[in-house]
Amino acid sequence: MIEKTLKGKPAYWIWLAFLGMFMAVGIACYARQYLFGLGLTGMSRDVSWGLYISQFTFLVGVAAGGVMLVLPYYIHDYKAFGKITILGEFLAIAAIVMCLLFIMADLGQPLRALNVMLHPTPNSMLFWDMIVLNGYLFLNILCGWVILTAERKQVHPPKWIYPLVYLSIPFAVSIHTVTAMLYCGLPGRHFWLSAIIAPRFLASAFAAGPALIVIACLILKRVANFDAGKEAMNKLVTIIMYAALLNTFFVLLEVFVGYYSNIPGHKYSIQYLFFGLEHNGHVYNNLVPFMWTAVVLNFGALGLFAWPYARKKNEFLLGLSCVMIFGALWIDKGLGFVFAGFVPNPLHEITEYIPTANELGVTLGIWATGFFVLTLLYKIAVGVEHEVE
Amino acid sequence: MDKQRRNFLKIAGVAALAGIGAPALVRLSSSAALAAEHGAAVGEATAEAAHGAVAEAASQGVRLGMVIDMRRFSEQPELLDNAIVACNDAHNVPQFDNRKSEIKWIWKAPFENVFPYESSYHLAKKVKDADFAVLCNHCDDPPCVRACPTKATFKLEKNGIVAMDYHRCIGCRFCMAACPYGARSFNWEDPRPYIAKYNKDFPSRMRGVVEKCNFCSERLALGQEPACVEACQGTGAMVFGDLNDAQSEIRQLLDKEFAIQRNAALGTKPSVFYIV
Amino acid sequence: MYNKGTIIPGLIIFVLFVTFPIWFNGFKAGTPPKPELPPGGEKKCVESVEYMRANHMQLLDEWRDNVLRDGNRSVVTVEGKDYRKGLQMACMQCHSNKEKFCDSCHTYAAVNPYCWDCHLSPKEAASKEETR
Repeated sequence: MIEKTLKGKPAYWIWLAFLGMFMAVGIACYARQYLFGLGLTGMSRDVSWGLYISQFTFLVGVAAGGVMLVLPYYIHDYKAFGKITILGEFLAIAAIVMCLLFIMADLGQPLRALNVMLHPTPNSMLFWDMIVLNGYLFLNILCGWVILTAERKQVHPPKWIYPLVYLSIPFAVSIHTVTAMLYCGLPGRHFWLSAIIAPRFLASAFAAGPALIVIACLILKRVANFDAGKEAMNKLVTIIMYAALLNTFFVLLEVFVGYYSNIPGHKYSIQYLFFGLEHNGHVYNNLVPFMWTAVVLNFGALGLFAWPYARKKNEFLLGLSCVMIFGALWIDKGLGFVFAGFVPNPLHEITEYIPTANELGVTLGIWATGFFVLTLLYKIAVGVEHEVE
Repeated sequence: MDKQRRNFLKIAGVAALAGIGAPALVRLSSSAALAAEHGAAVGEATAEAAHGAVAEAASQGVRLGMVIDMRRFSEQPELLDNAIVACNDAHNVPQFDNRKSEIKWIWKAPFENVFPYESSYHLAKKVKDADFAVLCNHCDDPPCVRACPTKATFKLEKNGIVAMDYHRCIGCRFCMAACPYGARSFNWEDPRPYIAKYNKDFPSRMRGVVEKCNFCSERLALGQEPACVEACQGTGAMVFGDLNDAQSEIRQLLDKEFAIQRNAALGTKPSVFYIV
Repeated sequence: MYNKGTIIPGLIIFVLFVTFPIWFNGFKAGTPPKPELPPGGEKKCVESVEYMRANHMQLLDEWRDNVLRDGNRSVVTVEGKDYRKGLQMACMQCHSNKEKFCDSCHTYAAVNPYCWDCHLSPKEAASKEETR
């Protein structure tokens, strides 16, 4: 099936070349970082995780979001998702590739990465994250490939694949739960020390992943003559809407607990995110514009989803609302959540984090790599679909 | 593809997977078994103390700790600077001029930063103006050790010191996020250009690893006191010893004077005490 | 065989390519280095010459784990002289010239151990002794 990636219209090649350009920039930036050290990033002693880990956290969610297609199709036999379930599985693959690249980019000693397997440490959540992420990647590659091959040959998939498909469902939940546990098990980081982090991560994941699939379907419809079907799209939008609502609810709960309890530790990070934190006469408010943008995007998208015309009749508005919700969740989880956890630091000093150009180059490069992989995989999936028709 | 070849490939694939996975599994199960044995003994001790919210269980064996007597430091403010310099010199700690890349083993900070969860409201002037020594707490239940995915940071069974193995650290900085005391530093770049003077008996660190105070394990092995304690010799400003030995100088002092630990509510059981 | 015309020349090119280092150097391995023995004249190391030649890296790993992880910093005594376990503290006391002792072989064997990223060679240590 790989041969399908080798034939395409000029637009396909131009898109790949466009992504390849960013990948080249990313490689060059990473080479600089590799030779000098992570000092080339904006991270510091106080904000010791930055854009790499925050992107990783967000993308684990995108990967887990694929399960919102797998679960209805395989467990509830929801036939309308038959054509696009493969898109969910392939999105998970691309997202996890990005996650692993972001982790590697963040390591101070990348050549020692295998120490995690050489000296397995079950009390570290990072060890379990390594296991579930690689497990989920493996399951999705295997299930996606076997099922697509069967479809191409117009036969039923082999029976042994089904237990693995079912297994991939708890794995999807576990990747984001374990990623949440990286944060919510740390004493002394009040913003993260909350039992609702895992459910909140899952809710935002189940909105962000499907939103990206809806956007992909709308694009594929135009450029590749691939129609996911009205019913499937409508159901996806419903899923996105409820998941985004739940996420909003969970975030508001955090705000309530912080402000009503009035415990400073629980308030500081939220204060920092939305209003800025005053300290020794200086107001630190780097993230405030971002967070309010996220709020506007979030409620704007929810409003659009609630409007039947935008949801069902107007593809532009549908795409727009999905882009908006994806953007809102990216700011919420892919920026604010990780950075604000380090403010203030354990000695109640404030250091703000601003990524460097080199760091942005690596980040863009990895995103481009993910979309490159996604494009190739979707090319295969759509190619098989056309061949069957 | 004929059937035999296909079968061969299948078996080879499974065998290869098993071969790769087996060593990890064996290690995992053996270390888990060891941990279980060890846990049983400790479990009894902790059950007793579990009633008090932050009551401490007496851990077994030697548990090295330190008392920082701020009354002495207030009398001689230059003492703390001497202690810091002694540490930096002994351990080849680089001096960066920017806050971003700082490496700190022992440093000074005001009360409100060292004890952010104690009230600083109408604080006595002598406390408000004092510089407190800050260093790794060598917790009895260290969250950094729990977080480390490679056992590059670990607690020495022998004396309770929370130690680092710089050869194994992958630089993921999970321990820095886990430490509630801000005691850990990361080498964002090669530290050597920023070391003014080498102690030839001690290594430097390389870029990409996390480092922190080691309670001078290397000096203890020679029968010496930690460098900072030695710098305060004769003043009683820093007292070092075994917290589990009722006869030790440090225990005599703690039995007599009221001392506090940094953010003890987190249950990490810090081994560094402050007499304010 | 199909495509004989491309496969066989392809194979030949492949074999030539992977054996490049061998024939490029004229089938000679170069002259083996002679690492300089301790300038101080010590004759006896902590283990035999043969053992050290083959296993010094394992010994260093063992010492590292002893010292750092097991808290076992017992000294090694050779001919009445005590050595503290450690690259800087034991080895380099006698083998004081890293360039002529360590590097000569490591360069020849094209190995690049990262010991010196942290550990100070006597020369490096001396470079910053008098600044303060």
